[in-house]
Amino acid sequence: MAILVDKNTRLLVQGITGSAGGFHASQCRAYGTNVVAGVTPGKGGTFFEGVVPIFDTVDQAVKATGANASMIFVPPPFAADAILEAADAGVKLVVPITEGIPVRDMLPIMAFLKERGVRMIGPNCPGIITPGQCKIGIMPGHIHRPGRIGVVSRSGTLTYEAVGQLTRLGLGQSTAIGIGGDPIIGTKHIDALQLFNADPDTDAIIMIGEIGGSAEEEASAWAGLNCKKPIVGFIAGATAPPGRRMGHAGAIISGGQGTAEAKYEAMQKAGIHVVRSPAEMGAKLAELIGHKV
Amino acid sequence: MKIHEYQGKEVLRKHGVPTLNGVAAKTPDAAVEAAKAVGGSVWVVKSQVHAGGRGKGRFLGEVDEAAIALAAKGEDAPGKGGVRVVKDLESVRAAAQAMLGNTLVTKQTGLSGAKVNTVYIEQGCQIVKEYYLAVLLDRGAGKTVVMVSQEGGTEIEEVAEHRPEAIVKEWADPLTGLGSWQARNLAFALGLSGKAVGNFVKVAQGLFRAFNAADCSMLEINPLILTADEQILPLDAKVTFDDNALFRHPEYAAYEDPAEVDPQEQEAAKYELSYVKLDGNIGCLVNGAGLAMATMDIIKFYGEEPANFLDVGGGANKEKVTAAFKIITADPAVKGILVNIFGGIMKCDVIAEGVLAAVRDTGLNVPLVVRLEGTNVDLGKKIIAESGLRVIAADSMSDAAQKIVSAVRGV
Repeated sequence: MAILVDKNTRLLVQGITGSAGGFHASQCRAYGTNVVAGVTPGKGGTFFEGVVPIFDTVDQAVKATGANASMIFVPPPFAADAILEAADAGVKLVVPITEGIPVRDMLPIMAFLKERGVRMIGPNCPGIITPGQCKIGIMPGHIHRPGRIGVVSRSGTLTYEAVGQLTRLGLGQSTAIGIGGDPIIGTKHIDALQLFNADPDTDAIIMIGEIGGSAEEEASAWAGLNCKKPIVGFIAGATAPPGRRMGHAGAIISGGQGTAEAKYEAMQKAGIHVVRSPAEMGAKLAELIGHKV
Repeated sequence: MKIHEYQGKEVLRKHGVPTLNGVAAKTPDAAVEAAKAVGGSVWVVKSQVHAGGRGKGRFLGEVDEAAIALAAKGEDAPGKGGVRVVKDLESVRAAAQAMLGNTLVTKQTGLSGAKVNTVYIEQGCQIVKEYYLAVLLDRGAGKTVVMVSQEGGTEIEEVAEHRPEAIVKEWADPLTGLGSWQARNLAFALGLSGKAVGNFVKVAQGLFRAFNAADCSMLEINPLILTADEQILPLDAKVTFDDNALFRHPEYAAYEDPAEVDPQEQEAAKYELSYVKLDGNIGCLVNGAGLAMATMDIIKFYGEEPANFLDVGGGANKEKVTAAFKIITADPAVKGILVNIFGGIMKCDVIAEGVLAAVRDTGLNVPLVVRLEGTNVDLGKKIIAESGLRVIAADSMSDAAQKIVSAVRGV
């Protein structure tokens, strides 16, 4: 089962004729994702890799192919518009990979998505993968294995690190989600935890946070009361100075808010099994569920 | 992107926020001319640095070390500060002379201080009361929030910690903006009455308008003042722009002050590398922001301090890796380098070639530990092993961190 995406996902790619969009659409297809359509205004009627039909609008693509998820590679100035177009066309899952979308563009989007019952993962994210079934995003598919551990993280390569550790220990993943490094994102830690908690095919969770905001605190508080599954937690940025942006637009401690210590404290209070070394995420989880290597 | 107070006030004026008259100057002579242009008989000479706490700041060389140490802690110290009230033109010149070209130490700059290259000459005014106002993003709510407190002049962190109930907030709906009723709620919460209420509403809505139109990520007015004639005015203005929105504000390029940015960080920006200088001695070169932070953390976990944050990004090529290496090694504090790459789309063999090319190009005088994982990892490791260069290979993040920590300790 896993969460959000599986072998029934019918993916369309907005910005499929761009270099990044084309490359990753191709990689997703190679992984086995059912890429049913591409959208680039003005390129309608042509084909991607000779087989995937390209449309001028998302509306046309959805009507013709029944696409139910969209991966977005549209450049920052036009990305917000692309998200709205997908949502309005009836796509239920939008995954904007684009990094660098202005916050002001994102604010009005959230209400628009909510009204239409659309889930967004990202922006500024690596995407989501249910190993062996569906990969939407830029993560390297080959490091994943099908299994029963859920992974949620704000970062790309740190998600890969956690997945790599799990796979090396013989632990597969139900679904791994990179929720994105921006201050405004569609799916937060708490949403991912709720989905994993309700998923019969997920046994345990690795939750990776980073400095900035208070989403980890909110998720931890929820998990402490409601999550029935063991969680291993790590927060990146314990050594980051306040007031400086650490790469991600959202990774900044400001006004004393968003420190790693506050997040660790919230996790510990909620019974989340905290590791202070990012190298220990997989091993700690294996220990928790009694997995012998 | 941070800008100076005088630039911030320029942005506010553009969006209809009333401000005191003021003119910026870069020399003592220009400061006198500025004071004449501003008019009146009382002026405030203000050091323009990005750091806050200027009033309690002290200048290196003007006061003794003990006073500097107090200033760095944000405590009251003997001597004059980075903001001075003066009553004649000769005193304007003297204050500007004392500030320009000198280094101001405040609680936010730390002991190294910040050099003052510009002063802002502003008209004096009669302050009845000081407040705090900020417009910023509430990430949890996904809305812009306007927050105020009666404790003007105090850092908001302190108020939040000791008297959180003293902070009053109104969240603006993304569709309707900040309503007049919301601005009035804030005005009454601050205890304002009479004409000051209407004046506050105008200022609050102007600030909200400026925040959106200028794509700010933070707009902090501390203090916001009530004057004897019931005016509400921003006495200070800390404006930070959303870096992601700079593409639609080419006019902001003029606001950039290279003196405020670390030279290595400027160099990194040219190559689109995300680099932040830190105080430790182990340089890090990593792909991905989260992994880069985690790499800093694991260095600390094993007992040393990272010298920098550096994310080479997803599209790192040989040129970028070489530039990154040069930036890291330009920091004299660096006693060892840790390269931590999780190859995804980027292949480890390509990274390995890039690292080796950079080492051959820039030379290597400190221990280098390389940890590769992910796509084409075996090929990458083989390339490093056969290079004949003094590169220490590592298998996992913990292995890598322990090896570089041992190497810089010489054990």
